Amino acid sequence: MPYIPHTQEELHEMLSVVGVRDLDGLFADIPPEMRPKQFNLPKGQSEAAVCAYFEGLAAKNCPDIMSFLGAGYYAHDIPKAVDALSGRSEFYTSYTPYQPECSQGTLQAIFEFQTAVSRLMGMDCANASVYDGGSAIFEAAMMAVRATRHRVLVVDEAVNPIWRVMLASYISSLDLELKTVKQEKGVSRLDALMAAIDDTTAAVIVQNPNFFGAVADYTQVFAKAREHKAFGVISVYPVMQSVLKTPGEMGADVAVAEGQSLGMPLSFGGPYLGIMTCRKEHIRQFPGRIVGRTNDLDGKTGYVLTLQAREQHIRRAKATSNICSNQALCALRSLIYMSLLGPCGLTRLAENNMALTRYAVERLTAIKGIELLNDAPYGNEVALRLPMPAQSLVDALAAHGCVPGYPLGRYYPGMENVLLLACTERNSRQQIGMLAETVGGLL
Amino acid sequence: MATNPTDLLYSKSHEWLRLEGDEAVVGITHFAQESLGDITYVELPLVGDEVSEEGEFGSVESVKAASDLVSPVSGSVVGINTALEQAPEKCNGDPYGEGWLMRVKYSRKPEGLMDAAAYEAFCATEGH
Repeated sequence: MPYIPHTQEELHEMLSVVGVRDLDGLFADIPPEMRPKQFNLPKGQSEAAVCAYFEGLAAKNCPDIMSFLGAGYYAHDIPKAVDALSGRSEFYTSYTPYQPECSQGTLQAIFEFQTAVSRLMGMDCANASVYDGGSAIFEAAMMAVRATRHRVLVVDEAVNPIWRVMLASYISSLDLELKTVKQEKGVSRLDALMAAIDDTTAAVIVQNPNFFGAVADYTQVFAKAREHKAFGVISVYPVMQSVLKTPGEMGADVAVAEGQSLGMPLSFGGPYLGIMTCRKEHIRQFPGRIVGRTNDLDGKTGYVLTLQAREQHIRRAKATSNICSNQALCALRSLIYMSLLGPCGLTRLAENNMALTRYAVERLTAIKGIELLNDAPYGNEVALRLPMPAQSLVDALAAHGCVPGYPLGRYYPGMENVLLLACTERNSRQQIGMLAETVGGLL
Repeated sequence: MATNPTDLLYSKSHEWLRLEGDEAVVGITHFAQESLGDITYVELPLVGDEVSEEGEFGSVESVKAASDLVSPVSGSVVGINTALEQAPEKCNGDPYGEGWLMRVKYSRKPEGLMDAAAYEAFCATEGH
């Protein structure tokens, strides 16, 4: 971290340029009673003391823990090249790319990102990203509300509960209604979703695989939505898209994703990456930035913000979203990650993780009292019913340096005994064996 | 400069209006399309929407700017020019014909609009 001091001389020079005598003069516009009386900061300490303090905090982490946690955010191996390339100062320090003449590299990277995620989702177009998977769902819902002028959002209860809370919070001041369709044993009820769609529906919002890891085909749901001029919105786990029927193939209008699993480490809640893709006919309703490829007067390829630049960046009141920013660096990381793995690598990754999960299910359901919550197809994440509260198992295994998964009771009352378990390439068969033996010993 | 048709009425915000029975057709003027430059997108109301005199009913976006469309008449929208979705440039090429925007069943006859001669004089004061 750079340490940038201001000497008294520098301070005086800056203040004289501004035309004030001292720092109080600089803040004269802020009434004294509104200025902070004090900053809640400890007194200055030596570099060594500060380092020791933070090392002490860091030592509370358990980096060697064996984890089967997923629930929307996944620990994946990240090739070292992702750090090396995304850390280049051209990308790391670049500012928002309004001026194409000095931002070609950043703009091209965003264009390539849009291309990659569009292909992954089987959709026509993508934007430059938004904050995270939850805000992407909200933006997709708002696209639907604007385009259809309907006011009811039908949401599957098997959509990630954190994202549903975000959606409810974002729309709480708007004249919209959220209609939640109950899941059944972790399986999305396609018939109930279809029955909930009518002429007031702006969008039906589903997730694949859903929060419980169950995979479904929402083609019929989206067809029903189209009959009522409503949008079909789907949130997906991007790593699984190389082996599942894509949102495009299902006929979704907008497909979104939490992009963290594509090259972002898990880091106490962020930064995350909201991926958004849509069908071409909706591009005018697309929020955020869209980069297009064009030719300049000399016929050379150039990349520019396009289709809604003025709407987004000048006429704020008319903007399709007031999220004007995007996660450019995270989008770049995901692009590099996807490029390094390639289509075959992503498929192998998904298949490998599915195979590990099947092995975990085989081992764990061999233990008396543990069974699958449902018989739906699953990917690399699955819900297991335990003969005890899942939270108690998590607490007990923590002592063994293991997190067996996510206890679902917190979000789904009545599912206190259900554990959501995910496997990625970070988990080995040996780890799964150790998990099964430890769990077996406890039950 | 192309002459503005004499059978139309004109507003200060550069929309034109043609009365046809109890309905009115609305578009943007030659002056407006020329000031905007190449038009790339037209956002129109939906059939059934209510529009009001001097109220915004959509927007038009060109390579230069995005501008609100202001209705010269109050009433309900009974038709829109959907051809503009695919070909917004019709507003440039034929603003008084194929580039029309919407058809309104008006609730009261619009007042205070200019005729072609007055509008031409008005445009002259706009520095064109």
